[in-house]
Amino acid sequence: MHEHSLVDRVGAAVLSVLEFVGALATFGGRAIVDAFRPPFEVGEIVRHLYQFGMRSMPLILMSGFAIGVVLSMHTRATLARFGAEAMIPAGLAVALVRETGPLTAGLLVSGRVGAGIGAEIGAMRVTEQIDALEANAVDAFKFLAVTRVIACMIAMPLLTTMMNFAGIFGGYVAEAAVSGMSWQLYFERSFLYLAFSDLIPATLKTIVFGYLIAVVASYLGFTTSRGTEGVGEASTRSVVMASILIILSDVILVKIIFFFYPQVPA
Amino acid sequence: MTGEAATPAAQRSGPAVKLEHVSKSFDGRKVLDDVTFEIPAAKAFVLLGRSGTGKSVTLKHIIGLVQPDQGHVIVEGRDITQLDRRALSDIRKHMGFLFQNAALFDSMTVGDNVAFPMRRHTDLAEKEVRERAKQKLADVGLEREFDKMPADLSGGMKKRAGLARAMALDPSILLVDEPSAGLDPITASEIDDLLVQRKRGGTTLVVVTHNIPSARAIGDELALLHDGRIVARGTVEDLDRSDDPLVQAFMRSEGGG
Repeated sequence: MHEHSLVDRVGAAVLSVLEFVGALATFGGRAIVDAFRPPFEVGEIVRHLYQFGMRSMPLILMSGFAIGVVLSMHTRATLARFGAEAMIPAGLAVALVRETGPLTAGLLVSGRVGAGIGAEIGAMRVTEQIDALEANAVDAFKFLAVTRVIACMIAMPLLTTMMNFAGIFGGYVAEAAVSGMSWQLYFERSFLYLAFSDLIPATLKTIVFGYLIAVVASYLGFTTSRGTEGVGEASTRSVVMASILIILSDVILVKIIFFFYPQVPA
Repeated sequence: MTGEAATPAAQRSGPAVKLEHVSKSFDGRKVLDDVTFEIPAAKAFVLLGRSGTGKSVTLKHIIGLVQPDQGHVIVEGRDITQLDRRALSDIRKHMGFLFQNAALFDSMTVGDNVAFPMRRHTDLAEKEVRERAKQKLADVGLEREFDKMPADLSGGMKKRAGLARAMALDPSILLVDEPSAGLDPITASEIDDLLVQRKRGGTTLVVVTHNIPSARAIGDELALLHDGRIVARGTVEDLDRSDDPLVQAFMRSEGGG
């Protein structure tokens, strides 16, 4: 009897997870399909782009700068052992552009934007504002979810590029403080070993991060129940789930990037 | 649409709204059980009943926010349970809905809330939209609140702003959930007068209320929902004459809200 109930519970949990994944995938698929169907809600997309992009800029720039400083200190400590201090700018730039910048930007945006989307749409669900949109002959899914997904997909690579540059600048400031290296020299050395194959795929993969953040948060917002407690839960779960999905998808995306751009020593 | 009223309800033949054997359950609990009624165009149908008897769910069926498990919902001659999203959206442009808690969009000002349906569904110039929105707010006594956010309004004011938004496109069918809840008696009476005016202008009203004086003032026909079923239906006089204890209890209660 005890074993049976345990099996039942495990089975129920597995089914519940599969049901959630299926519903999330359907939601995400519908977002892609609806993105290509009129009306395109350009005004809403621009509004969200401002909210997600412009308002995330201070966080992204400050974080990027700090990461650049920290990476520079670590890189110096490591490369100094081999007498390769001249490689510090290039090493830092490659590390930032290929992985640290995109991943950190993704996680930061999932925290700032994902939580906001989950809470905002969740609050609209429990206060019947989503029903009010539908009653006003507006496709609430398109108006609320699709516009946020598109805006997030546009904002992510832009924010990542800003984070990369802020990081390189932070690295320069740290390096200049120690060695007095000029900005011009630092900049030249930063880009010495940086190819477009490092920059473009790594930046473009953040479009996927943006999609995942907005889809997960919108889905959890749309399916919110249980009043304000449910809104808080949607917000928290949006951050947790989006962060996990970003890290997991990053593994797959890096593998795909390596397949198309094999890493050959320069 | 250009913002004018849809085809005057009185000019159409057949009922404006018709529910045929509608049943609906949530989580195994039957909320509506074989509900059938029809509402002639330009008439006011008032749904009475205790809390949790399915009145709001009935309204949501009429605008297609909830689909019935069984039965049909026919609005302006079309079975909305069979319509695709686009066709349903077209029907909704002829309808206004005041939610129980107003459901104002809290990211917009009160004025933008009222202007929202006009901006979405009409070709009116922005200046005209703002003027009409101001007029709609003036109709419910909120002309001064145009630039305020919904969070800055009292519950009763939100309700009135919600009504202004529901009337923004001069709908041929107006669904109103508890119009006088949270309002003082004078404002409630003004809202009743406004709804009666709309009805005289050809709008079909479906009103959910606990407020018997409001129901008497507005309703051409009243129906009492109990345990998901319509247990009594008729004019105010019919229900006043009913010897059903539940109907008597309702009709003799004069409490508002």
